[in-house]
Amino acid sequence: MAERSEEVKLLGMWASPFSRRVEIALTLKGVPYEFSEQDIANKSPLLLQSNPVHKMIPVLLHNGKPISESLVILEYIDDTWQNNPILPQDPYHRAMARFWARFVDEQIYVTAMKVVGKVGEERDVAVEATRDLLKLLEKELVGKNFLGGERLGFVDIVATLVAFWLMRTEEVVGVKVVPVEMFPEIHRWVENLLDVDVIKKCIPPEDEHLNYIKARMDSLKLKSVQ
Amino acid sequence: MASEQVKVIGAWASPFVMRPRVALNLKSIPYEFLEETFGSKSELLLKSNPVQKKIPVLLHGDKPVCESSIIVEYIDETWSTSGPSLLPSTPYDRAIARFWASYLDEKWFRSLRSILKAEGEEEKKAAIAQVEEENSFIEKAFIDCSKGKAFFNGEHIGYLDIAFGSFLGWLRATELLSGHKLVDEAKTPSLSKWAEQFCNDPAVKPVMPDTAKLAEFAKKIFAKPPA
Repeated sequence: MAERSEEVKLLGMWASPFSRRVEIALTLKGVPYEFSEQDIANKSPLLLQSNPVHKMIPVLLHNGKPISESLVILEYIDDTWQNNPILPQDPYHRAMARFWARFVDEQIYVTAMKVVGKVGEERDVAVEATRDLLKLLEKELVGKNFLGGERLGFVDIVATLVAFWLMRTEEVVGVKVVPVEMFPEIHRWVENLLDVDVIKKCIPPEDEHLNYIKARMDSLKLKSVQ
Repeated sequence: MASEQVKVIGAWASPFVMRPRVALNLKSIPYEFLEETFGSKSELLLKSNPVQKKIPVLLHGDKPVCESSIIVEYIDETWSTSGPSLLPSTPYDRAIARFWASYLDEKWFRSLRSILKAEGEEEKKAAIAQVEEENSFIEKAFIDCSKGKAFFNGEHIGYLDIAFGSFLGWLRATELLSGHKLVDEAKTPSLSKWAEQFCNDPAVKPVMPDTAKLAEFAKKIFAKPPA
């Protein structure tokens, strides 16, 4: 792996799970990068130019070339910097890792958003639906330290969305979506994650994060009342 | 390991099912196609994909692989020495291919279906305009990715060709039903040429559903219930 003069820049947002997962991957691999905090309400020309299709963060710029979509970025990082691999080597296990990553983003995330966004009975339904999906993750963790097995892997990095976003919304929403009695493996896994330096370093600081989540929820509530 | 028996659980009309079939054909891997009956799910499907209960599922020996684009990557990685690579050779080009494949599944196909679901002329016009705008992005992507060659993947059909090409049946059926051309020489010259080459490929022809047959099927599944 030849040393190159690399310019790695991440257009991201401090409270976004999709942005933070890219930071975890870069940090895990020891890749130095410049972080550029983006204002989503007021998108920068660089962001619009780098991701004209979705106009969303995160965007990774590697020597000026943009890569968008967090899962695509994670695979790119793994492809480009081969130390501390994130994805398994074996094709079947790679397919499983990709499958579970999509499951987290396309199913858990979408359903969990409704827990925050809805109230009353609709929220209860969303909580139940989220728990049904989490039960599958719970099953995957039996006998493993991480979703990736012995070590942190692709699915763990993606599923930090569950550990440090979904589970943090519980405080703000006032609903135990992921009670320890129902999800002992997930709780054990979160503890394992918190033992990993890279994770500790790359997740948003808890207090600030909780305040942010609360403020967003309040603004969502205001919007639904108007 | 690579020589274990391969099966694909799917259905003729599904563009997602077409993807692993084209990939296996390109790699000259024989497989058994297990056709699901529309409206019901077989025990094998439910056992192989208990999480989503969706087709396609690739069974390699007794191992199930789910999600069409994940299956295509699996096929490419498992039979890496058979035939040309389906994914581009550089990490950046691979990222671009994955980005567009994701876009097609998450945005484009939904936009296409909106044309068929549209109620009234206004809605239909808006849906068509949306798809045409998205097609212009894809036309540009083709020019960037193909670098002057016949396919998104260059000289040979690859991951992104398979991703978009598998939607061509539904694209043509939608054109037929809506009476409006979406991909043609005038609007999307590069894609129009690419589509013809893709559809004529021997790996694609046997699994591309017939446009008229798909249109009939689409009419059935998008039929509005009586008011």
